[in-house]
Amino acid sequence: MSELWLPIIMAVPVLGAIVVALLPKGGDKLAKQVTLAVSLVVLALTLVMAFQFPGAAGDRFKFEATYDWIPTFGVHFGVGVDGVALVLIALSAVLVPIVVLASWHDADGVKTADGTVVAPKRSVKTYFSLLLVLEAMMIGVFAATDIFLFYVFFEAMLIPMYFMIGSYGGAQRSYAAVKFLLYSLFGGLLMLVAVIGLYVIAGKQTFMFPELVGVIQDPATQKWLFAGFFIAFAIKAPLWPVHTWLPDAAAQAPAGAAVLLVGVLDKVGTFGMLRFCLELFPDAAKAFTMPIVVLAVISIIYGAIVAIGQTDMKRLIAYTSISHFGFIVLGVFAMSQVSQAGATLYMVNHGFATGALFLAAGFLIARRGSPHIADYGGVQKVAPLLAGFFLIAGLAGLSLPGLSTFVSEFMVMIGAYSSTASGSGAFVVAAIVSATAVILAAVYILWMVQRTLNGPTAEPVKAFKDLNAREIWVMAPLIALIIGFGFYPKPLLDVINPAVTSTLTNVHVDNPAIAEKGAGQ
Amino acid sequence: MNNTIVAPTIEYGTLAPLLLIFGAAIVGVLVEAFAPRYLRKAMQVPITLLSIAGAFALVILQVVSGDVPTTPVAMGALAVDGPSLFIWGVILVLSFVCVLLINDEGHFVASAAAVPGSADEEEAERSGSAHTEVYPLALFAIGGMLLFPAANDLLTMFVGLEVMSLPLYLLCGLARRRRLLSQEASMKYFLLGAFSSAFFLYGTAMIYGYAGTVSFAGISQAMATGALLDPLLLLGFSLLAVGLLFKLGAAPFQAWKPDVYQGAPTPITALMASGTLVAAVGALLRVFWAGLGNLDWNWRPVIWVIAALTMIVGSILAITQTDIKRMLAYSSIAHAGFLLVGVVATSSTAAGNAISMQAILFYLLVYGLATVGAFAVVTLVRDPGGEANHLSRWAGLGKRSPILAGVFAFFLLAFAGIPLTSGFFGKYAVFTAALASGREAGDSLGAWMTGLVVVGVVASAIAAFFYVRVIVLMFFNEPAADGPSIAIPSTGTVAVISIAMLVTVGVGVFPEPVLQLAHNAAAGLFIR
Repeated sequence: MSELWLPIIMAVPVLGAIVVALLPKGGDKLAKQVTLAVSLVVLALTLVMAFQFPGAAGDRFKFEATYDWIPTFGVHFGVGVDGVALVLIALSAVLVPIVVLASWHDADGVKTADGTVVAPKRSVKTYFSLLLVLEAMMIGVFAATDIFLFYVFFEAMLIPMYFMIGSYGGAQRSYAAVKFLLYSLFGGLLMLVAVIGLYVIAGKQTFMFPELVGVIQDPATQKWLFAGFFIAFAIKAPLWPVHTWLPDAAAQAPAGAAVLLVGVLDKVGTFGMLRFCLELFPDAAKAFTMPIVVLAVISIIYGAIVAIGQTDMKRLIAYTSISHFGFIVLGVFAMSQVSQAGATLYMVNHGFATGALFLAAGFLIARRGSPHIADYGGVQKVAPLLAGFFLIAGLAGLSLPGLSTFVSEFMVMIGAYSSTASGSGAFVVAAIVSATAVILAAVYILWMVQRTLNGPTAEPVKAFKDLNAREIWVMAPLIALIIGFGFYPKPLLDVINPAVTSTLTNVHVDNPAIAEKGAGQ
Repeated sequence: MNNTIVAPTIEYGTLAPLLLIFGAAIVGVLVEAFAPRYLRKAMQVPITLLSIAGAFALVILQVVSGDVPTTPVAMGALAVDGPSLFIWGVILVLSFVCVLLINDEGHFVASAAAVPGSADEEEAERSGSAHTEVYPLALFAIGGMLLFPAANDLLTMFVGLEVMSLPLYLLCGLARRRRLLSQEASMKYFLLGAFSSAFFLYGTAMIYGYAGTVSFAGISQAMATGALLDPLLLLGFSLLAVGLLFKLGAAPFQAWKPDVYQGAPTPITALMASGTLVAAVGALLRVFWAGLGNLDWNWRPVIWVIAALTMIVGSILAITQTDIKRMLAYSSIAHAGFLLVGVVATSSTAAGNAISMQAILFYLLVYGLATVGAFAVVTLVRDPGGEANHLSRWAGLGKRSPILAGVFAFFLLAFAGIPLTSGFFGKYAVFTAALASGREAGDSLGAWMTGLVVVGVVASAIAAFFYVRVIVLMFFNEPAADGPSIAIPSTGTVAVISIAMLVTVGVGVFPEPVLQLAHNAAAGLFIR
């Protein structure tokens, strides 16, 4: 029975997508309701599965299911979750219904108060159908225990996102969509070479991840294959200097798609580093640690500084994410229990916090029809609820203590600082330098908040209505999660820690530090 | 002295598919000669379709009965081995769907002899006359395609090459619209094709000078014992390679492809892009693997360079194209490059070679069908003056005709090799074969093969750009006010697109059955 969980959780959105796509013309409202219902079913199933996780059978991977797919190539439809995959699947399952609600009118065509058309009407069915296909693929990519299957989802999930940005996005949407697709595709193709290389060199006639761990021993081979995987993940994450597609894509995507893009799709990159780069090629990972940590620190600082200079809210949030991805990568490669558990927790928290920030910004933009910070001012007086949610999401973005992002950022820094992996001196420097980003984060967030929410109310802002019931339902769960996990991250960490331990075992790093040390706030 | 002439033994059962196609072509010619004009089309269409279907059934019968010959047939002239039968099956399927396209109204000129734009032409169009000769011509071309890759000596192969090419030269010039462009294409194709045939023939002569025979078995035997650096052999090999690579459209012999593909009537373009390509790859493989297998230290570097060049040239030049058929032509050039990667991926073991062969055979099938499907869509997007081939006319097609645009987008994604399409597994199989071949060969050669795969990957990324650009045009741009009309597709065209789509999706999700088929066909490798 337990092996059916993941296939069912993946099949439900696919079936939902087909149903939505086949709805008769004019069934827009029904399409939205069906999508919401399907995504809630997926969420419910995922939560039930998550609660069974600690007691489920299986060593590291639980709910495993493996079927032959292409025996000629040694490819299996192999799924299963460890703690890291589980929390990321849960993140996806939580975000999708929220995004469905938030995108309720995104495809309907947007008109601002003064009658200018911001976005023309598009096919509603297609949008929500794509969304469900994307959900199935997001779950699949985290659940795959077969490296080939992972690659298939990794590449295939670009297509629905490409159409969501390209068909439903802002003025520069086709440029942004193409840039997004080509960057990711290029990285993916390099990874394909590495995937094939791994298969050929390992000579095991299988792509199953557990059987390939520790097979590649030759250091030079490890380095080449590591590079193939890492570049793909670095583009996906994205890390400086291959980050430039993200601000364009996130700024042009509809707010809901931007949440999934930054909140989930980009996490595939950092997830891949943790799962595949480290465990399959441990020696190469150690050899490349220094340059990667340098890139991570540059991303942290660069993303934060550039974010300060942005005039467009969505671009600003995208740049803050680049800074945050730097933290995650730093945590992954600092090779300690605390830092990696912190990095995983960071992936989840960042999904909630940035998701909330994008959605709140999306509500502002939907009201004003402009993403420019300068077009706002004094929102607090006319729409206090919206302003309040925006403020909390912003504070989560700058990792205020008491909010969930603080825990993870602190764990990454303390984990890097106290890492006993080789080259720990550099980790200390990295931790100290990246700590300055906390100050920069305060600048970019608070300055944006000040210019949009405070000050004299701008003339067009006066007509703003506060959040309606649907929008409150969008924001409230996210804010609750941010605050809840800020005070009590233990449930997540309890799931994450064993997975990180087995990762570190496979990387041959012994780290006596235990996660509670960092999480005990 | 024994002066009696021994009658040649002909294995009619084994050769039945070939004989059926040629027989039907001759019947078609007789129909042209004797049947009244109004009856011709009604007779030609069933003759053509039934003979192709029959030939396909005969191929299947041979495979199912396990009756695949292990020695050459027809006095050593033809090798009907596993790969040949697979390629025959693929060519017959592709030509069947292409004939369905040819059968559609309005692609071919009413009277080829009438000067374009003259009163004669108008008169011919008004009277509704048509050249039903296209059917027997197509059958001869298809017969040539079957003969070309199955030939077991260079002369038979040359005959196959000519039988395949000559009707195609003619068919290229028969477009109903933009006739001057079509005639120019035909002329170019003929002149360059004749030139390349001469190269092939000259190469055959050189090889004969070296080996004293034109049969692949004899050539291979001569190389096993004789000198490998004989100038006759090297010259002969180079000239043969030029002739074959020209047919394939590999760089630097690719210049004819865009012009010819653009000018030819679209159903004929589809036939060339699918059937001819399959036949040419089959023949190239046989010459290099079965004939010149012992020379691989010499030809592998050459084909390596040509494969890399072809992938890069095809992908980069495609970016600048503004005509959909020219773009697909460059895409076909790039794919020829990917197939050449498989040709280079030889191995010292039979099992290793079988893996590469399997990859190529699989690639041929999936690429051929996606190509025919794509060209079938091209025939449907029309302006008052014929097909709307300029890319700008395709803007916003996704709004006006979402299903058609969606299908076309799917074919493009398959060409780009996105997972969950058949094209992905084709590319994957070829790249895997190349890396496995390099792995076995050891350090320096291994690095070269890896390098070729990296070039292939970079070319794929570049190619993705122009495929995606068309998708952007169709879906993300607003339609022009006076945009092209979408023709109501005939049953035949619907069938073509549906078959191509089904295979592209089906094989994209479950490639295993087709892979197994290719595996079984490739297991025995070429016989000599």
